Amino acid sequence: MYQFLFNLSGSEIIATIFTAAVILVFILLFVLFAVWFERKVSAHMQDRLGPMRVGWHGVLQTIADFVKMLQKEDIIATEADRKLYTIAPVLVFTGSFAAYAAIPFSSKLLGSEVEVGIFYLLAVSSFVVAGILMAGWSSNNKYSLLGAMRSAAQIVSYEIPTALVVLSIVMLTGTLSLEKISQLQTAYFWNWNIFGGPEFSLAKFLLIPFMFVGFLIIYISTLAEVNRTPFDIPEAESELVAGYFTEYCGMKWAMFMLSEYANMFAVSAIVTILFFGGYQSPFGYLGNSIGAEWLVPFEQAFWFIAKGIFFVFVQMWLRWTLPRLRVDQLMTVCWKYLIPYAFLNLIIVGFISLL
Amino acid sequence: MALKTETMILNMGPQHPSTHGVLRLELELDGELIVNVKPHIGYLHRCFEKHAEAMSYPQVIPYTDRMDYLASMYNNFGYVIAVEKLLGIQVPERVEYIRVIMGELQRIASHLVAIGTNGLDIGAFTPFLYLFRDREKILSLFEMTCGARLLYNYMWVGGLSHDIHPDFVRLTKEFINYFRPTITELNNLLTFNKIFIERTANIGVLPLDTAINYGVTGPSLRGSGLAFDIRKEDTYSIYDRFDFEIPVGQGLVGTVGDSWDRYYVRILEMEQSLRIIEQAIDQIPDGDVKAAIPKRIKPPKGTVYTRVENPRGELGYFIISDGNLNPFRVKVRAPSFVNLEVFGELCKGHLVADVIAILGSIDIVLGEVDR
Amino acid sequence: MKQYLKNTWYGIWTVLIGMKITFKHLFTPAVTIQYPDVKVPLPERVRNRLYVNIDDCIGCDQCSRACPVNCIEIETVKSLPGENLGTTSNGKKKALWVTKFNIDIAKCCYCQLCVPPCPTECIYMTDVYEFSEFERDNLVYKFANLTEEEAVEKKSNYEKFQAEKEASRQVGAAASAKPETPVKTQQENKNE
Repeated sequence: MYQFLFNLSGSEIIATIFTAAVILVFILLFVLFAVWFERKVSAHMQDRLGPMRVGWHGVLQTIADFVKMLQKEDIIATEADRKLYTIAPVLVFTGSFAAYAAIPFSSKLLGSEVEVGIFYLLAVSSFVVAGILMAGWSSNNKYSLLGAMRSAAQIVSYEIPTALVVLSIVMLTGTLSLEKISQLQTAYFWNWNIFGGPEFSLAKFLLIPFMFVGFLIIYISTLAEVNRTPFDIPEAESELVAGYFTEYCGMKWAMFMLSEYANMFAVSAIVTILFFGGYQSPFGYLGNSIGAEWLVPFEQAFWFIAKGIFFVFVQMWLRWTLPRLRVDQLMTVCWKYLIPYAFLNLIIVGFISLL
Repeated sequence: MALKTETMILNMGPQHPSTHGVLRLELELDGELIVNVKPHIGYLHRCFEKHAEAMSYPQVIPYTDRMDYLASMYNNFGYVIAVEKLLGIQVPERVEYIRVIMGELQRIASHLVAIGTNGLDIGAFTPFLYLFRDREKILSLFEMTCGARLLYNYMWVGGLSHDIHPDFVRLTKEFINYFRPTITELNNLLTFNKIFIERTANIGVLPLDTAINYGVTGPSLRGSGLAFDIRKEDTYSIYDRFDFEIPVGQGLVGTVGDSWDRYYVRILEMEQSLRIIEQAIDQIPDGDVKAAIPKRIKPPKGTVYTRVENPRGELGYFIISDGNLNPFRVKVRAPSFVNLEVFGELCKGHLVADVIAILGSIDIVLGEVDR
Repeated sequence: MKQYLKNTWYGIWTVLIGMKITFKHLFTPAVTIQYPDVKVPLPERVRNRLYVNIDDCIGCDQCSRACPVNCIEIETVKSLPGENLGTTSNGKKKALWVTKFNIDIAKCCYCQLCVPPCPTECIYMTDVYEFSEFERDNLVYKFANLTEEEAVEKKSNYEKFQAEKEASRQVGAAASAKPETPVKTQQENKNE
């Protein structure tokens, strides 16, 4: 995409801005959809109807909410640290927006072909912690502070199991580039990493259970990284009212929500790329079979977004099923369960890949 | 050299999503650890007892509705039994049966809220709505009978405000058949969920002697392992005719008397209530629903104390009559108020997140605490 | 170690059971309705807004006395002997002009204690439950069917009648109490 625009315009700046704009538009559209989708999923799981009035089955509800949010007065508490308080939501959103730079939506639509894509993703997604801590501290509210402290501890801890699982995939594929990891799992769905990767050998079959464990671990830990139930203790509404964004309102609050939903898709994208073939279709491309090559990238984008939305749906499904853990139990799950399992998994995958 | 630290005071409530109304908790925190809890009450004080002195005996009944607004039927029940005892009248058999059925339906409805909000406090939103859906069905039965969904004013001195609706028996049986499987579903979804167990087992353990010393009653006491239920201990109405058990906490997943036990006792109690309703619904005799009592209720001079097993514990009414149309004094022993006292004891040494789990398991209604 | 593995397994398994239940509910029809468009049929005994059929009201004030929150305010004026106020639907003869019958529905607690005492069953609860207002004063429902002038007229009529009666009684009383005075009055008359 960047290359294409660069060739077209001949200017780096224009190409960069356009690429960023496309991704920003995607994020906004996705958030509009995801907020509505979450409300509908939760409603139907709870035998309710959910939003029904604005548009067909309330599809435009989020837009109506957004308009309402724009009209709201921007309140800043007197005792709040005004500078940090204003920067924090922007910083949080920047973190989650930056992550999209390296995500390959299809073989053509990707912000930047970073060679160390997965490393960049892990690094930049923890950027959010700084924003959350700022928000919690600057609000000058005890609930916000507690929420921020919890969040920092949580996100930092859960990066370890994520990294361990990522490491096992990197060991298997031999690359850090998200684009290359996606390309490797091409053709049919049995070539996906969850089914042991593209190479057909004994190791492939041995890998399947461990890949599955790896998938579970990374899914759980990324769930914790984006603060979703059962790991939503930083914003636990029944304990901390709203956690680190208790004092926020209007558009500033909307920025936090935007970044939360953007993060949901980002981590789903990571899971998709690492284990479920990234943008690869599970059964060949229509564009290839009818001879329309230009169709393939769009199909890829479709598959990528579909897979991403499926994992976002599972996140919502979990959210509306489970109670939330306590802060110490959250750490227990991470340090005593996920990390040992991930570590063991890493060693076993290493041995198998030696075969 | 030790670092100088100090505790943090966190004010939880009166406007807080999970203090079950307008309870204000003053938490003294060391990090997230609770050092001390001070509950502050009185935000919903409506002078029930003083009001009652200015009302005639039947006029007090709508006010009793508003004490424990999740168990209005049972509040009526306790009050009318007290006044009837004061008057020395016997109500017809039919009235007794209907009162027991209504009371037990109310117990289920109230426990549904208790269980649902306990789960909600811990973060499980979906079971809460499933339980409210079932509670609506009970409320529809009440609405069909007396016309109101929350504040019934159904049991009157010497009888009932309305006879049951012709469809009531059939619909109640339908409800029982519908409700049994939903308890199983709830158990699968929430009760035996690992996360829920982790959050409630071994949390807020209430030893039996502490419970007795504080005067805790109801499911909170039974969760600690004592089978004390006024329906059996000090039988009133016609509860002695039915066959039911008193579930107690057994420490199935943790220690006896923890939050999970208090929660689970409520689930088992709902099943027992269903049993009572099943037995009673087939035996309702024909007859009138109003005893022959004078139009102006004027009990003789005297005092009376009655206690009934409210969904939350022992609900006692102490009435002094000076022979006038108005009671001289109506004192209420509110179970929520008494149970709340032990709360500070339970929270010590737990985390902030546990405070709400414990509060949910005690199941207080602020309308009754403050009256 | 065994406990450790068991915990892991139990954790995953119960989560899956929960997910199965919620997934099933994803396809059960909703129990909620689109309220202002769709409404739940109300049972016949439903207790909502109070209504007074003033044609049947005899102004006995029993409902007002039964009310625990004093939301019913009734004022009556006795009718004059010659006036015919008609009868209620169950055949009771009306003897009082109901000049004021106000129910402050904002105070009402919907307990239905006012309904059974009514001898003519003219006060009852209806199934109307949507009656919110922007002004609190609009929630004071005035049921009396006499206009203000009429009410004033009735009142003054009665007062006049009462005064006349009082006067005649005084006259009568004076006539009966002091048999010796007529002489005096006669003298006064003569003086006139």
